[in-house]
Amino acid sequence: MNNINGSISSNLRRRHRIGKIFLALIIFSTMVGLLMLTILLIDIAVEGAEWVRPELFLNYHSRKPEKAGMKSAIVGSIIVMALTGFFSFPIGVGAAIYIEEYAEKSFLTRLINININNLAGVPSIVYGMLGLVVFGRMFGVFSPDSWLVNTFNLPVGQGALGGMEFNLLGIKWLLIKLPFGRSILAGALTMTLLILPVVIISSREAIRAVPNSIRLAAYALGATKWQTISKQVLPVSMPGILTGIILALSRAIGETAPLIIMGAFTYVPFLPESVWDQFTVMPIQIYNWITLPQAEYRNHLAAAGIIILLAVLLSFNAVAVFLRKKLEIKW
Amino acid sequence: MTNNDKPKLSVKDFNLFYGKFQALRDVTIGIPENQITSIIGPSGCGKSTFLRSFNRMNDLIPSVHTSGKIELDNENIFETDVVELRQRVGMVFQRPNPFPKSIFENIAFGPRAHGVRDKLILSEIVEKSLRQSALWDEVKDQIHKSGLALSGGQQQRLCIARALAVEPEVILMDEPASALDPIATLKIEDLIQLLKVKYTIVIVTHNMQQAARASDFTLFFNMADDRAGYLVESGNTVDIFTNPKEHQTEQYISGRFG
Repeated sequence: MNNINGSISSNLRRRHRIGKIFLALIIFSTMVGLLMLTILLIDIAVEGAEWVRPELFLNYHSRKPEKAGMKSAIVGSIIVMALTGFFSFPIGVGAAIYIEEYAEKSFLTRLINININNLAGVPSIVYGMLGLVVFGRMFGVFSPDSWLVNTFNLPVGQGALGGMEFNLLGIKWLLIKLPFGRSILAGALTMTLLILPVVIISSREAIRAVPNSIRLAAYALGATKWQTISKQVLPVSMPGILTGIILALSRAIGETAPLIIMGAFTYVPFLPESVWDQFTVMPIQIYNWITLPQAEYRNHLAAAGIIILLAVLLSFNAVAVFLRKKLEIKW
Repeated sequence: MTNNDKPKLSVKDFNLFYGKFQALRDVTIGIPENQITSIIGPSGCGKSTFLRSFNRMNDLIPSVHTSGKIELDNENIFETDVVELRQRVGMVFQRPNPFPKSIFENIAFGPRAHGVRDKLILSEIVEKSLRQSALWDEVKDQIHKSGLALSGGQQQRLCIARALAVEPEVILMDEPASALDPIATLKIEDLIQLLKVKYTIVIVTHNMQQAARASDFTLFFNMADDRAGYLVESGNTVDIFTNPKEHQTEQYISGRFG
């Protein structure tokens, strides 16, 4: 038999050293991200802080950098986000309720689940193409030579794109323009498609987190399924749902590519008056400034725009954190 | 004894399956009106499943199917609207499960679901239900505070008040005191005694003393070799506990198995 006494306590110093080396490595890993973010923030603050001035909010883009602002982009971003939230909330929550509470566990629902998860990972530019075809051009069915127009003899415009306008039910403010073209509405609907998978996934998680005992209690009192969902399950899951939507919107507000494909303009010297007007958004304005040759645009105004964009993003996130803390239920 | 009276609930040749697994076999029994009926038996014998059959909570489990019938006042419960059935047959669960809302909202939810809109009537229902469940004096100054802020025993009495608010005829209780301390348990037992004047009560319990103390009528379930639950014997609680007819009943209540 071997003498094993003494073999246990060997190498103590080496083991401690390895532990310390790994601690240093993982602290370094954490610092890489933080450091880069800090450098970025400092750089932007140095370049752009002095250019965050009233003109940035009050003026449109100008050929003179000292007069240039991003008024139309800020307003455009706000309207696009508001509409996107307005569309994605009912659709996303509705889909989440159906999948979580109604759909039976079948092959089909599994397939739908997998596809929603996949859609969340589709590059945003693909959504831009989708939005362009579906909302922007509507598959060209309103062009002068389309089957639909010829069959029903629709009164479309004479240009290559055709298109028609009418007042729904004859009401003046219910103006409809088909296809949606380069309008705010088309942009917001495209953004809705973009964030819907994320909204559905986060809403589902919020709904699933509601304890089943709550549903059983409601059913046992004779509540119908819809009463149980609308009066108990949804109120309890609402903080989580709202948090998910706000975080999805804060992702959408920084999106540029899909709106460029949709045909959002870089130079919009007016404020939109209806959802049918053309528009621009903050990231597109920033992108535009970066491509200009003058250093004032490239460095300073772009940085100032980024500061505003980051400020909006951070306040979105702050609202999400606040809502979650304020409304969350302590079981 | 009331055994000769027309039972409130009568079960005939009732079988229940989870998929292919038979959980209850050939249960035939009457549940007497305005009495406390306790269901006892070892773990897994199907007593909770049996209880949940009375308000068709088992409908929520997709794999469950049944045969035979259960009648509430001569009406087959599987042919009535389940929403109406659950209004008439209320339920209190093992763990207190108040809604994460105020005490008032907890109780008002049921009546509102059944169409009561008038605020005055609702607050009367809330007060009456809280008085019936012996909770009013403890919470009358805080009915707009969260039901989750109450103690475990108070939460369970809130759940009883919530069940009473929809004016049921039968109240099912699934081990209502198993998550509570002894004092809260006694309060619940006292409350059940008060409630039987108006309601028919069926209670599943693991606690043999509780069944002996608190019930008038007792059903003893056991598990067959294939793990299907069946009714071994039933009778007045006094008889079951002092003079059981079946050997297994005697063994169970004397603590030799289960």
